[in-house]
Amino acid sequence: MIPGIGTLTQDTLWCFSQVKGTIEIGVTEADIISTVEFNHTGELLATGDKGGRVVIFQREQESKNQVHRRGEYNVYSTFQSHEPEFDYLKSLEIEEKINKIRWLPQQNAAYFLLSTNDKTVKLWKVSERDKRPEGYNLKDEEGRLRDPATITTLRVPVLRPMDLMVEATPRRVFANAHTYHINSISVNSDYETYMSADDLRINLWNFEITNQSFNIVDIKPANMEELTEVITAAEFHPHHCNSFVYSSSKGTIRLCDMRASALCDRHSKFFEEPEDPSNRSFFSEIISSISDVKFSHSGRYIMTRDYLTVKVWDLNMENRPIETYQVHDYLRSKLCSLYENDCIFDKFECVWNGSDSVIMTGSYNNFFRMFDRNTKRDVTLEASRENSKPRAILKPRKVCVGGKRRKDEISVDSLDFSKKILHTAWHPSENIIAVAATNNLYIFQDKVN
Amino acid sequence: EMEDKVTSPEKAEEAKLKARYPHLGQKPGGSDFLRKRLQKGQKYFDSGDYNMAKAKMKNKQLPTAAPDKTEVTGDHIPTPQDLPQRKPSLVASKLAG
Repeated sequence: MIPGIGTLTQDTLWCFSQVKGTIEIGVTEADIISTVEFNHTGELLATGDKGGRVVIFQREQESKNQVHRRGEYNVYSTFQSHEPEFDYLKSLEIEEKINKIRWLPQQNAAYFLLSTNDKTVKLWKVSERDKRPEGYNLKDEEGRLRDPATITTLRVPVLRPMDLMVEATPRRVFANAHTYHINSISVNSDYETYMSADDLRINLWNFEITNQSFNIVDIKPANMEELTEVITAAEFHPHHCNSFVYSSSKGTIRLCDMRASALCDRHSKFFEEPEDPSNRSFFSEIISSISDVKFSHSGRYIMTRDYLTVKVWDLNMENRPIETYQVHDYLRSKLCSLYENDCIFDKFECVWNGSDSVIMTGSYNNFFRMFDRNTKRDVTLEASRENSKPRAILKPRKVCVGGKRRKDEISVDSLDFSKKILHTAWHPSENIIAVAATNNLYIFQDKVN
Repeated sequence: EMEDKVTSPEKAEEAKLKARYPHLGQKPGGSDFLRKRLQKGQKYFDSGDYNMAKAKMKNKQLPTAAPDKTEVTGDHIPTPQDLPQRKPSLVASKLAG
């Protein structure tokens, strides 16, 4: 696979590779996957769930004998990151659900990641131990320390190999800095700081300091009755450590520069698409709320996801997006029932491929969509156990809007809205994707010829 | 115009919603709506209420004290071996299975 070449031409075929998780009739709520993230090399894949647990998979080394089989992901480490807490002041439960995981770039043999629930961010260190020192003569057979006066020889312990053990330890706990619910964390390109964003505020942290953080954005009005919008997502620029963006429930994005002032309430750039007032309806603001914002790897573009579309914006053009892709426009005529069953508030994420040429996002019925920015082709695929034979090629799916339904199409009314793909991830340099379908994690790869 | 309402699916859905809920406010993005969003999470009366609710959920997993262990309290100072084993309340993820 040549890194950087990733186009969704008619020649790109996606194949099933692996699925993790169990088949259950009644899904245990704790097992619902709430975040998926590859690390910077794609060697590791982390998932977080509603039960506060993190599972990390590692790609096995590709063997020279099996060139046609690309490395599979196997469990590397799993740990309980967050536990449920009780906020005594407000008499509210603080969920243990992992909202986001973000990896730090690797700087030594150990791996580091940030995981967060609604209130607390934690830095976890994941490290390997494959040797242990043996031959101490300081303790007796029952493990009790010997009286030093009885030790007459100097024994130097020897390091002996042991079965590989992977340990996860919490190295920092960044707590008590958010009144509202954390929706995003983002590691800065300086590798020294990161930000955490809740509905109304964004805080800047230094990895070494847990008892202080700087507030860099505060949109809380003095009078809460004047509240008109909330922060929905935030991310640092991939190369410029002074810049970050945050999106709002009103469908706008603000680019901020931390060099301009300590409190970045005044944006440097304001991205908003003009709306035709005659098209405005009760649902307009709800479906324009941005659920995810992601910088391209190049740092030139940002991608936003709202309820029905994915948009690509050029940082140099604030007045409208340069590209708009319809994810599932057929839902426009279902907005009433989607409002009643709360699906209209589902928060879908979106991702770029390694070369920024293809974007991907999820939909309902365990469908997910990919859009090739160059060829303008798009495809709908499905994560299902029925297509889970090894290396089975995924067949494109199609939703039929009205009138005659072809044999392998599915009608809008038959879509299962409980099967939502909110979280997906794309390997940083290869065509390998991870798709979270409720309590199952699917891994797909492009066909190796 | 009547024609606009017919052609726009969004406006048709809006009319449907207003027909079902005539008292629905004009602006869904208003501060009431947003403030409710900020409050998300189940409210309990107090920490006792919360702990009871949690205990009810883990009902199946709570260990029942064996009859001979009941004499631990009051009679003598208990040792670790006397106390019932605390069952781990956290279950491993099925993704790692």
